[in-house]
Amino acid sequence: MKLTLKIWRQAGPDQKGKLVTYPLDGVDGDMSFLEMMDILNEELVNKGEEPVEFDHDCREGICGSCNMMINGQPHGPQKLTTTCQLHMRKFNDGDTITIEPWRAAAFPVIKDLIVDRTSFDRIQQAGAYVSVNTSGNTQDANAIPIEKAKADEAFHSATCIGCGACVAACKNASAMLFTSAKVSQYALLPQGEVEATQRVQNMVRQMDIEGFGNCTNTGACMVECPKGIKLENIARMNREYLKAETIG
Amino acid sequence: MSALVKSSLARKWVMALSGLFLVVFLTQHFVINITSVIAPDTFNEWSHFMGYNPLVQYVAQPILLGGLIVHFVMGIILELQNNKARPVKYAQFSGNSNSQWVSRNMIITGLVVLAFLGLHMYDFWAHEMQYKYISFLEEDSTRYYAETVAKFQPVWRTVIYVISFILLAMHLWHGFNSSFQSMGLKSVRKGEGIKKFCYAWSILIPAGFILIALYHHFNPLTA
Repeated sequence: MKLTLKIWRQAGPDQKGKLVTYPLDGVDGDMSFLEMMDILNEELVNKGEEPVEFDHDCREGICGSCNMMINGQPHGPQKLTTTCQLHMRKFNDGDTITIEPWRAAAFPVIKDLIVDRTSFDRIQQAGAYVSVNTSGNTQDANAIPIEKAKADEAFHSATCIGCGACVAACKNASAMLFTSAKVSQYALLPQGEVEATQRVQNMVRQMDIEGFGNCTNTGACMVECPKGIKLENIARMNREYLKAETIG
Repeated sequence: MSALVKSSLARKWVMALSGLFLVVFLTQHFVINITSVIAPDTFNEWSHFMGYNPLVQYVAQPILLGGLIVHFVMGIILELQNNKARPVKYAQFSGNSNSQWVSRNMIITGLVVLAFLGLHMYDFWAHEMQYKYISFLEEDSTRYYAETVAKFQPVWRTVIYVISFILLAMHLWHGFNSSFQSMGLKSVRKGEGIKKFCYAWSILIPAGFILIALYHHFNPLTA
């Protein structure tokens, strides 16, 4: 497969970036998108050029690192897939592929396709946890019976890998889907009840401080989420927040 | 409570509540207007009531105007903040692959509807002000039907009304359903039902307004 790649190159956070065109030959349909990027980088290194910087770790769709805007879609054209799980057979010989980093004020570009997503970490640190005594007398989680449907929903919310595709897809660069998934995974469980009020208050406050946009319910985040995190999480967070701010 | 007022979630609530208030008003407006097609005498009677009842004039009307201003101002604030949240735009952005055009362009449909409201106010509200407070004409509870039919005789005005109602339908298609999500009233169980109701309403009410405009255009009063 012969491709033309248009890749965002940016030397550093304060540098001006631009799309640079690279022709690439010999791409196999069975390769993952990241393997294709590896081949390009090998070529660049062999030519003495600077390789394209991109984040990656697990390469099996669970770490949430391999963030690329591919032809205007986070993680590319295949739904419920991270970039590392995307195969080149999804593209055709002769295609031109545009690859950009996530674009958001709260995700500044570090270099090329790598963005700083520590804003997500700070939102989690603000409240996405339960305080448990881990001195050795920790109660078994199964000691508290939980309705199966609720446990499943909490688990599904917890499958969010924090990749940021929701922010990248949203026309407003809103982080509501991410924040609400992290709020929901605790709000649905009895273990999360103790800190429910301050959790949602602190996480929403941090989300606003980070400079993400406002949610206008376009639903793009849910469609592009590689884990299929649902919009109902946002409705739940809105409820939890109002409850926290009014009733306490 | 002070954090609530400043938060992004509160802005969603303000948009949703003011929008729902305008939806209720629109429904009431439609109920009155449809009588101009099916029962002109009732239309005259209800229009006269709306035009001269002090509660409607001095309480309901200012509240309505307030709701409209809040909705508009908050819409502009949200748009400006959202633009700031993505200072560098994508070279390629496939919005159509994950969301509806109307959901991404509420500001466009909203501004068109606002511009239409200017014409609508000029056509009916300004006319009422002239009639009652400038020309000091006598109360006449039988004039409304004839005045309304006369307004829809020019083709240009009818066309503008029809186009505006189509844009209004597009605005409502996303906005009405979205307001329930913003207020946290949607869940997996209730979400689909709410969506279907909102979509149906968003088409039926503007379609009804279009029907009224066309009906009066094609059925002029004979002297």
